[in-house]
Amino acid sequence: MTFKYNNVYVQDTATVAGPYEKKGPLKKYFDKTFDDLYFKEKSWEKAEIKTVKESLKLLHKKVGLKRKDVDVILGGDLLNQISATTYGAYDFSKCFLGLYGACSTSVEGMILGSVLIDSKKVNNAIVTISSHNMAAEKQFRNPTEYGAPKPPTATFTATGSASILLTKEKTDIKVESSTIGQMIDFAQNDPNDMGKVMAPAAIDTIKRHLQDLNRKPDYYDLIVTGDLGVYGKEILKDYMLEEYDIDLKDNYNDCGVMLYDLKKQEECLAGGSGPVCSALVAFGYIYHEMKKKNLKKVLIVATGALFSPTMVYQKENIYSIANAISLEVV
Amino acid sequence: MYEIKKIGNTINGDNMKNEKYELIAKDHQAKVPKIKNAIIAFISGGIVGLIGEGIIELLCYNTHISRSSAGTIMIVILIFVASLSTALGFFDKLVTKFKCGLLIPITGFAHSMTSAALDYRKEGPIYGLGANIFKLAGSVILYGIIAAWFFGMIRFLLGGKI
Repeated sequence: MTFKYNNVYVQDTATVAGPYEKKGPLKKYFDKTFDDLYFKEKSWEKAEIKTVKESLKLLHKKVGLKRKDVDVILGGDLLNQISATTYGAYDFSKCFLGLYGACSTSVEGMILGSVLIDSKKVNNAIVTISSHNMAAEKQFRNPTEYGAPKPPTATFTATGSASILLTKEKTDIKVESSTIGQMIDFAQNDPNDMGKVMAPAAIDTIKRHLQDLNRKPDYYDLIVTGDLGVYGKEILKDYMLEEYDIDLKDNYNDCGVMLYDLKKQEECLAGGSGPVCSALVAFGYIYHEMKKKNLKKVLIVATGALFSPTMVYQKENIYSIANAISLEVV
Repeated sequence: MYEIKKIGNTINGDNMKNEKYELIAKDHQAKVPKIKNAIIAFISGGIVGLIGEGIIELLCYNTHISRSSAGTIMIVILIFVASLSTALGFFDKLVTKFKCGLLIPITGFAHSMTSAALDYRKEGPIYGLGANIFKLAGSVILYGIIAAWFFGMIRFLLGGKI
C-alpha cells in the first residue's frame, strides 16, 4: 500500500547516541553522545529512558517548542511494554501513541505521523525511537555480563534515541510518499541471523514501492534498508537482481553497516540493529545531508524482525516486516 | 546464475520463491572458523584444568588435607575467581577471546550465575535476583542431578559401591 503526501514536512531532528556509535563513522551527525552505557543511571532500562528524555529535550530546545505546542508524540522501542518510550516521553507529550514494529518502528511512526498531519487532524507530530544494547541483550538474550560467543551473522543493537518533528509548515525537506509493508514468513528462525530473516520483507517493500510509483531505483540518491547487516545486504541485492531484475547499485546501503566502522569495531559483528539504528542514520546522517542538499531524494526502508524469544522457543518462525518512506528536498 | 528445483512455492501468496532465496542466502553465508574456535576452546579449557590441578597439588603438598578435600577447595577458589572477574566486568571479554574454553568448566557455571545476579539485582532481592539467578544455571543443575541419578543407579545395579 503506497500513498503520497501533500503537506508533510520535516522540521527538525535530535539524536542521542551511545559510546559504540560515537566510535563509528557517523559521530559528527549526532547531537549528543555518551561515553558509557549507563549514562549515570542505575540500570540499563533507566539509561534508555534517559536517552529518550535527552533526545526529546534537545528537539524541543532546538525548535523552541513547549509541551503544549506538540500535538502528538508517537514512539516505540524494544523493551517489554515499550517502557523506555512511555517513561521517557511522559514529560513531553500532550497526546501519546505507543508503537511496536521492532526495528521498523522509526518508519512506522513517521508514516502514522505523516498520515495524521496530511489528513489535517494534527498540526505537528514527534516520532521518538530508542533502543539500548544492554537492555535489549538482557531482555532478548542472556544476562549482559555473560557474553556468550555469537556467530558473525549476529547484529549489535544500537544504543541511543532519535526524535523527529514532522509538521504541516513548509520546510526544506518534504515527506513525499510511503509504503506500508506486509508481514513475511520465509520460514526463518535463527535470531542470530536477522539479516536473512528481514531481507525478504525489505525486498518485497522496495519492489512494491518502486512498482506502485513506477520508479526506477536510480530515481533515489540513496536507498537505505534498516538493519540487514553485511550479509543481509548482499542477499537483498542479489535477490532483487535475480528475481525482479532491479539493480541496486551504489545508491543502496544499509543503516546497520553505515552506523559502525565494522573493520575496527569487531564487537559489532554483522552491523547495527535495533529500532534506533535506522533512526540514528535517518534522523542524523540523512537529515543533515539533505539539509546541505547533498542528498535530494532518499528512500528509507526500516526493516523489523518481529521476534519473540518465547515464540521461537515454541518452534514458531520469525516474521519480518519493512516499511518505506521517501523524503525529498523541495 | 541460481538454479531452482521447485518453482512457485509461495509462502505469503506473493510470487516470492523460498528455494531461490535460500540458494542466494547460501552464497552470502558467514564463515564461522569452527576448527579454530574448537582449538582455542580446547587449549583455554585445558589451561583452566591445569590451574585447577595445580591448586590441588599445591594444597596437598603444603597442607595435610586429603586429596578430595583439596578438590573441593580448588572448586571454591575457581568459582570465587570467576565470579569476581565477572563482577569486575572482564570475564565476558575473556569469553569473547577464549570462547567456550572458559564457559564449559566450573568457571562458566559461576559466571552464568553471577552475570544473572548482576543484571537482575536491580529488580530487588526476591523478584529480581532470587527469581533469576538460576536463569542459565538452572538447566545445568536440573539435568546434572538427573544424569547423576541415572549413572548412580547404573553403577549400583552393576554391583558397584555407593
